[in-house]
Amino acid sequence: MTARTLFEKLWSQHVILEEEDGASLLWVDRHLVHEGSHHAFAKLAARGLPVAEPDLTFAVVDHYAPTRNRDLSKAHGDVARMIATLERNAATHGLRIFGLNDPRQGIVHVIGPEQGITLPGLTINCGDSHTSTHGAFGALAFGIGATEVAHVLATQTIWQARPKTMRITVTGKLGPAVTAKDLALNWIAKLGADGASGYAIEYAGPVVRALSMEGRMTLCNLSIEGGGRLGMIAPDATTFAYVKGRPFAPEGDDWDRATAYWATLPSDEDAVFDREVTIDGSEIAPTVTWGTSPEEALPITGTIPAPHDLPADKAPRARDALDYMGLQPGRPIAGTPVDQVFIGSCTNGRIEDLRLAAAVLKGRKAQVPGMVSPGSSLVKQQAEQEGLDIIFKEAGLEWVDSGCSMCVGMNEDLVAPGNRCASSTNRNFRGRQGRNARTHLMSPAMVAAAAVTGKLTDVRPLLEGRD
Amino acid sequence: MAGWSKHTGQAVALPLENIDTDQLIPARFMSTPRSEGYGRFLLHDMRRDSDGDPIADMPLNRHSEASILVTRRNFGSGSSREAAVYALVDFGIRVVIAPSFGDIFASNAVNNGLLPLKLDSREVEEILAGMRDDCVTATINLETSMVRIGGECRGFELPDKWRKKLMNGWDDIDLTLDRQEEISAYRDARRAEFGWAWPR
Ligand code: SF4
Repeated sequence: MTARTLFEKLWSQHVILEEEDGASLLWVDRHLVHEGSHHAFAKLAARGLPVAEPDLTFAVVDHYAPTRNRDLSKAHGDVARMIATLERNAATHGLRIFGLNDPRQGIVHVIGPEQGITLPGLTINCGDSHTSTHGAFGALAFGIGATEVAHVLATQTIWQARPKTMRITVTGKLGPAVTAKDLALNWIAKLGADGASGYAIEYAGPVVRALSMEGRMTLCNLSIEGGGRLGMIAPDATTFAYVKGRPFAPEGDDWDRATAYWATLPSDEDAVFDREVTIDGSEIAPTVTWGTSPEEALPITGTIPAPHDLPADKAPRARDALDYMGLQPGRPIAGTPVDQVFIGSCTNGRIEDLRLAAAVLKGRKAQVPGMVSPGSSLVKQQAEQEGLDIIFKEAGLEWVDSGCSMCVGMNEDLVAPGNRCASSTNRNFRGRQGRNARTHLMSPAMVAAAAVTGKLTDVRPLLEGRD
Repeated sequence: MAGWSKHTGQAVALPLENIDTDQLIPARFMSTPRSEGYGRFLLHDMRRDSDGDPIADMPLNRHSEASILVTRRNFGSGSSREAAVYALVDFGIRVVIAPSFGDIFASNAVNNGLLPLKLDSREVEEILAGMRDDCVTATINLETSMVRIGGECRGFELPDKWRKKLMNGWDDIDLTLDRQEEISAYRDARRAEFGWAWPR
């Protein structure tokens, strides 16, 4: 048999039928919905259709979840209405729901893995572009729009054109305080925000193998910021150890059958990818964005680009971005004063992220206000058991509940107009964190460094002698 | 949704790269029911100043009758929000011409009768350079996969499935409802072989 990639194995396993033009109808093993899925439920209602497979559909309150006060009678009007709508739709269709006050509540891409809903070998869809996160387990996971969400609800299937395959191999070893976030921003800066457009990405190589599941999720999460249809990592012992014993994960004989199958998933040795990219992990420094696209990133030791030094087609956009960001070309990026910080989101709101930030913050004071929102209520609980909340609070940061929060600002956690925010989130788009907000993306360690110095700062010296 | 096979209208230039869906519609508007119309939210923070007044020299404000956008690479990247497409469609946009699109945006667009028309960046630059006052008449023909703009005819690629959906006004659900038998057969076979894939 010809050698196949992880992607090809998963894809062919899930094809129900294929049309002449290559569009395939795929089976969907897990469908995750959230408050933003209201358009899709409305479409379903308009056609009078039921949910085809309620057992494979999970509802989560995250996008509008208030983080400072869970009492919805105190919440902004939209917030209460959006959450109530999801609850009503879940009840109508008999869906399991992780509601606002469920101890398992959290961001959809954090709790899927945490609950063992996410497994290797599955197809996973959600009406959220960062669904690519779940690819960290060796699953075919991608974000979809509202009509497609309605389609999955109605049929448990999805139409997809088969993407091309791309392997990003990361060689060497990451330096101290260099994380999966830095790695992701690095490849996106190299290939562009549409560099992987039309591709399914597989991450491979020693650096990827050495990442924890948390790190792998961060890396796969950001695939979409480089335009990738999805990102994935072959399952291995690290994956199995993470999944085992999770509430919805298989048990007993099912576990044995599942792991035997999962072990067949990694790309065959001589499998061919449509495109190969190699990155030397040893060369990556802690990375920050300077512009309004994730591709506009540079090492913290770098200099803010001068538009006139850029190729002619890049210059106007860079000029616009610098203007919006209020940055001086030609200056070092380090030392740029920030007004506030945010740690959280499905990119970097997991326990490992909080531990890393706490390692920097311990015994230090933040020079600017900031907020730490754990990726799930269970992450919050775990962090409190480890005393991380005390470190954040003693540093002067606000320790709040779990939700999408300042990643997207739907719950009204916003960056004030013109404010500069060091943020562990995934998008530095204009207005993403609030109108005229200036977002610099970076790892949670780098956000912590920005908090204690009040400026964009290389975190490495701050972590020396700490673990 | 009504299908279409040929469209003639005013094309307006929006010569920016990476117009993401957060710009197409800021998140704060997304709790609105679709029935209220999304056109007023399109590119809201680019079209209006912080007092909510229209910015006079913004091309879309000057050419509010436009039904075609010509823009630069990576249009519709970012968030999967279909509301970005609703904003375009409700504003009256039928076609967006760009060198590349966010994947999810493109699928969302076709599900709502909006054509993401891909030309290579050299062609897009030629079109932009030929637009006076950021505006020109254009005709798009789905049957022949041709666009006539600025006096030139250019071909574009259009997957069959997209053509069928756009011309018939179908979305994905319309294409699948009569495949129920195949779906059920697949499901049963999968459940027999991969029982562990069903959550406990
Ligand atoms: S944290 Fe941000 S990116 Fe992640 S699911 Fe929520 S809104 Fe989407």
